[in-house]
Amino acid sequence: MIGFWRLYARSPAAVVGLALLLLVIGMALTAGMFFPNNPLALAGPPLLWPFQDAQLWLGTDNSGRDIAAQIFHGARISLLIGLAAMALAIAIGVILGALAGFYGGIADDILMRITEAFQTLPNFLLLLMLVAVFGSTLTTVTIAIGLVSWQAPARLTRAEFLSLRTREFVQAGRTIGLGDATLIFREILPNALPPVIVYASVVMAVAILLESALAFLNLSDPNVASWGNLIGLGRGVLRTAWYVSAIPGIAILITVLAVSLVGQGLNDALNPRLRGR
Amino acid sequence: MSPILEIDNLSVALPRGADRALALEGVSLALEAGEILCVVGESGSGKSMTANATMRLLPVGVGVAGGAIRFEGRDLLRLPEAEMRQLRGSRIAMVFQEPMTALNPLRSIGDQIGEAFRTHTALGRAEIERRVLGHLEEVRLPDPRTAARAYPHELSGGQRQRAMIAMALALEPTVLIADEPTTALDVTTQAQILHLIRELQRKKGTAVLFITHDFGVVGEIADRVTVMQSGRVVESGSVADVLDRPQHAYTRMLLAAVPPLTAAPARAVSAEVALSIDRVSKTFVTRGSGLRRRSTRALHEVTLSLPKGATLGVVGESGSGKSTLAKCLVRLLAPDTGAIRLADVDLAQLSRREARRATARIQMVFQDPYGSLNPRRRAGELVAQGPIAHGVARPEALARAKALFALVGLDPAATDRYPHEFSGGQRQRIGLARALALEPEILVADEPVSSLDVSVQAQVLKLLAELRARLGLSMVFITHDLRVAAQICDRVAVMKDGSVVEQGLASEVFGAPRHPYTQALIEAIPRRR
Repeated sequence: MIGFWRLYARSPAAVVGLALLLLVIGMALTAGMFFPNNPLALAGPPLLWPFQDAQLWLGTDNSGRDIAAQIFHGARISLLIGLAAMALAIAIGVILGALAGFYGGIADDILMRITEAFQTLPNFLLLLMLVAVFGSTLTTVTIAIGLVSWQAPARLTRAEFLSLRTREFVQAGRTIGLGDATLIFREILPNALPPVIVYASVVMAVAILLESALAFLNLSDPNVASWGNLIGLGRGVLRTAWYVSAIPGIAILITVLAVSLVGQGLNDALNPRLRGR
Repeated sequence: MSPILEIDNLSVALPRGADRALALEGVSLALEAGEILCVVGESGSGKSMTANATMRLLPVGVGVAGGAIRFEGRDLLRLPEAEMRQLRGSRIAMVFQEPMTALNPLRSIGDQIGEAFRTHTALGRAEIERRVLGHLEEVRLPDPRTAARAYPHELSGGQRQRAMIAMALALEPTVLIADEPTTALDVTTQAQILHLIRELQRKKGTAVLFITHDFGVVGEIADRVTVMQSGRVVESGSVADVLDRPQHAYTRMLLAAVPPLTAAPARAVSAEVALSIDRVSKTFVTRGSGLRRRSTRALHEVTLSLPKGATLGVVGESGSGKSTLAKCLVRLLAPDTGAIRLADVDLAQLSRREARRATARIQMVFQDPYGSLNPRRRAGELVAQGPIAHGVARPEALARAKALFALVGLDPAATDRYPHEFSGGQRQRIGLARALALEPEILVADEPVSSLDVSVQAQVLKLLAELRARLGLSMVFITHDLRVAAQICDRVAVMKDGSVVEQGLASEVFGAPRHPYTQALIEAIPRRR
């Protein structure tokens, strides 16, 4: 573990990414402490510019709600959606990819054709369709984002399995009588995971962006304080009060950047070929 | 006469955290014009590092710490990179161990050989083409015109190595560095390539720095020998001096570890048959349709029998089907026809579920001590895995793993270490413990010592023989190395192109081979002539 941290800490960008990510996580954790009231409740006059009022230091939106409170509480929503959608996408992708790569042949053909069918659809359109059909509560939005994001992890896992399944240690496992489930999940999967873990950070970053895009189109859950909702709200007053959209925009930028930098750092630390450079 | 290449007190430092501080420590050697100097040593001796340092092609993080490498009076270590590039390929050329990875798979052989001329000379296209063909002819590739147009994967291993040699010698370099050029090749191909290098070297007067781990190869080709151990030169001298009158204890130990090709005295072998292989055939068909569908006959009516408590050696070159046979025995592959009878059970007829239960009775030791152990599992778990899969409780299986560690000569306290913390020979012992954990009747060993240094090879062979006696094991021993087979096998079967061409007692097969192919194999083993 200490050795891993040393590898990770060699890249300054990765450390900055981790610091930013911890900052966002800190905001999410302390939201209830600093802003105990409902962030969607009225707090002051509408469209109050930032740094005018010490109580409302990031100003208010069109309806007079505290932007700082929405940013802090929004961090919870963004991280929650990012993590949950990523977990769903990775779970689906790893299972389908593992089965396709391990069994090959017809199983591989069928599973990969399904994956390609999903891949050829632009995933945002698919997401819009899912949300249009199943409604836009926080849960359905998260699941819908997960359902449109698993194809790349599936292909990645399959590629790892294809090369690992012919390795001698897997054959050795077969000769001592291990069953397929043990071979897939206990023998091969731990060796296939590092690139998938790295890719998970990309999936998470994209999930956060997808939710924001949905919210911008007023298609996300309107009953939660999400950054996307705030941007969508600011759209109407973009020319007079641009800060309503810009502040949550910066929050999204920082979060996605942090997640991507952490992913890159993990990649460098987990990739043995880059060691010693 | 002053040497053409002189390495003087060369030290090379490894990056911090490596297993030793210096890869090379005060290495000095001299290569005279027109001679072949063999640098011999086991893995980690620094012999390849010496070659790479001479070409100034050290891995990232590894740097020269002191000394000089003088080539025609100039110190290569102090040349600017541009001048070094001028020398590489034109004055000092290199041949690598694995021609498949050393050649660019996307370019034709002729194109890659022509590259040397395009880089270092101002010759025209037609002239380059003419010379490329000349060189391909010189290394005796059949049909040079076709070979020049071929891509690396279309040639055999031996042909690829010939192409590599043609490429290295294209510009008539003064020094050729050959780093284990025949290690990846079959023994008959190795003999041809060694012959070719010797012949071209005599004809052109090239000085050859030949890196090898094999004393047989040294006897075959060297004029002088330098023996290396852990980054130091321990002995240098003429081939006669070093091989016949070795001064250093390490050299003597290495020479003693090279097994002779005389079968051990025949042991009394039981008449009871442990495993009988009856007309087993296996054909591989590649996916595809019509003309693109190709089938390869890997095994053709192989019939063998293994007496109880004995070792049956299966020897042959790559592509002979010996590994396919091993995989059929442990049901990693299902044979197309034929029977594999273990007592009253025909392994070839078992369903997948039954076959999985039968795995306990017939176990396998794999070739690659690095690839055959899951890097993310502790050694003890690796050994306990089999019994757990067959229903033994976990704590009991782990306790048994400790006992097995002691049995194969490993420290029982080492069960909670990971595979990468063990040396190659130790890992092979872990693989052996894993196979023995299921208390099999039959042990199938697929090239179990081929990737080990000779001194370690001898230890593992000794351990196998001991365990065979102590546990009453019957063993199928697959190997390409006849000398190894002679050490441990009671009976030997020689395979070629999927068929058994000769079988019998080890002493008969090695002492008085009947089949011309067996005779060719024995003749090709490198040794002093």
